[in-house]
Amino acid sequence: MGAPDDRGRFGAFGGRFVPEPLMEACLELEAAFTDAWADPAFRRELDEVLRDFGGRPTPVTECHRLGAELGIRLLLKREDLAHTGSHKINNVVGQALLTKRMGKTKMIAETGAGQHGVASATAAALLGLECTVYMGELDTERQALNVFRMELLGATVHPVTSGSRTLKDAVNEAMRTWVAEVEDTHYCLGSVMGPHPFPYMVREFQRVLGDEARAQCEALLEGGVPDVVVACVGGGSNAAGLFAGFADTDAALVGVEASGGAAITNGVPGVLHGMASQLLQDDVGQILEAHSISAGLDYPGIGPEHAHLAAIGRARYETASDAEVLDALVALSRTEGIIPALEPAHALAWVRRAVGESIPRGATVLLNLSGRGDKDVAQVRDLLGGGQ
Amino acid sequence: MRAPALGAHLRERRDAGAKLLVPYLMAGQCTDWVEVAQALAAAGADAIEVGLPFSDPIMDGPIIQRAAEVALQAGTTPASVLAQLRHAELGVPVVVMTYYNLVLRAGLDRMAGRLAEAGVAGVILADLPLEELDPWAEVATPIGIETVLLLAPSTSPTRAARIGQRTQGFCYAVGRMGVTGERQDLGPAVSEVTQLARSVTTAPVLVGVGVSTPAQAAEVASVADGAIVGSALVRRLLEGAGPEVAAAFLTELRCAVDR
Repeated sequence: MGAPDDRGRFGAFGGRFVPEPLMEACLELEAAFTDAWADPAFRRELDEVLRDFGGRPTPVTECHRLGAELGIRLLLKREDLAHTGSHKINNVVGQALLTKRMGKTKMIAETGAGQHGVASATAAALLGLECTVYMGELDTERQALNVFRMELLGATVHPVTSGSRTLKDAVNEAMRTWVAEVEDTHYCLGSVMGPHPFPYMVREFQRVLGDEARAQCEALLEGGVPDVVVACVGGGSNAAGLFAGFADTDAALVGVEASGGAAITNGVPGVLHGMASQLLQDDVGQILEAHSISAGLDYPGIGPEHAHLAAIGRARYETASDAEVLDALVALSRTEGIIPALEPAHALAWVRRAVGESIPRGATVLLNLSGRGDKDVAQVRDLLGGGQ
Repeated sequence: MRAPALGAHLRERRDAGAKLLVPYLMAGQCTDWVEVAQALAAAGADAIEVGLPFSDPIMDGPIIQRAAEVALQAGTTPASVLAQLRHAELGVPVVVMTYYNLVLRAGLDRMAGRLAEAGVAGVILADLPLEELDPWAEVATPIGIETVLLLAPSTSPTRAARIGQRTQGFCYAVGRMGVTGERQDLGPAVSEVTQLARSVTTAPVLVGVGVSTPAQAAEVASVADGAIVGSALVRRLLEGAGPEVAAAFLTELRCAVDR
């Protein structure tokens, strides 16, 4: 997975579809990222913070009991063990360091489930930046505890009351704010989406998890590469980071979307949030709301590089339903002692269904456990009917 | 009655010494929006900017967002708007302002054809940048649809030069860094962005975004060729104003810029 072209395109997808007032900000960010990414001192500082503060590298855990039950060899990349409980920390540390390097003092971010918001607030606290997080009002209700976490970390949470009051509206509001405050403010976008350079930059910041997993698989596996590499996809940052580590192998790459937010399976090409990608939209082009058990996957689009990987056939994209996801979450908790977040439970739900079909028995599967389930426990309890 | 071409009309008015005034309203934000547009034209608008509501308007502030939500809830579609515009007989050019996804979804060719059939003279596609303009311009320009480009206070001189070459109809100078909406003050960027626009194009330069009052419109018109007033009008319509109130507001703006 290389760099996009000079318009920020991955094949037919990506680009920089922003109003003119945002264009210079995107160009400035592209230049700053390109410069930083080529600077060994920046890379060293990022690696050190991710190690000493972020808890990297995260381990790969083999699921012996669940693997035996399914008839496969199942490996988990344990991003749930990273600081703040998900892979989101990789990206926000990178962007927060970049914010300082650009001489800016404030960060704004959008969040759905709250994971990226908490991670942004964390990185901002670490580096002494002001942080405002835009969150759909509906999500602030679904994830009230994460709102408090962000506030505890010194961030301001701004509930977004427009549109569907979820993640897509939070992105709209963050972009609107960025236009007005671009002089001293960086927009710390949480996934591989939005205008160029975000999809590329965020994938590069997440690549660390894929590169680590690749090296860990080489040490663990005969042949060095799993047969299937799978991750959940909302915007797609954890999947992009994982795929980046394996795109040059013959591993099958599989992204799993929520069935109510399946932009590859049910979307059509369009332009939203500064990017050309696959989008859920109606007949005239109004963007539809995604619906999922998981706030983190409630997004009607998908990162443009995923749309491209699907179009060229290098990755394929499957879906998982809310009911399957709950079953998968319970199964992993009981057989392995790991409570996953609802998002990566989508990937596991697909694996459980696909064994014996598109996953041959005896295959080796690497699954990115992108986050831990603590944030979802109250919701899962309610969904399971008060605890079983 | 076919309305005149956008650029030709505005240049003619400017060269005759007039200051240009372009009000914006959201199609479908009220049931009588066509009558409002007619009243605005009759009261002295030089062109009418008509918003085609989109679900995710990232260039717009709360007032125009609200208007788009109201319009969409009322069932407004590109087809319904264009059908109404076709018979509106405004007598001044209509500029449709919207976002690129609605054009892409219809198909560039088909959307350009429908706009032309409805008598639309120009379009503003807020999130279609210079770098991605060609496929649209190639189908719109030959059938007489002029595509107006935005120029911002942050735009570099190099980009500004290219925008100056490509803009059609007029140049939309964004009066401040930010989204559309009413503001207390104009902000310092207006004369700067106007000068930048003037240095790259001979097309009329109109300032929009944050121009809300007759006094602000007059101030804008003292440096630029004219003003675009959106949120201040859209808010009045959301609050229940009809054609008479809209015309009275336009008259106030007209008197202010003509002084």
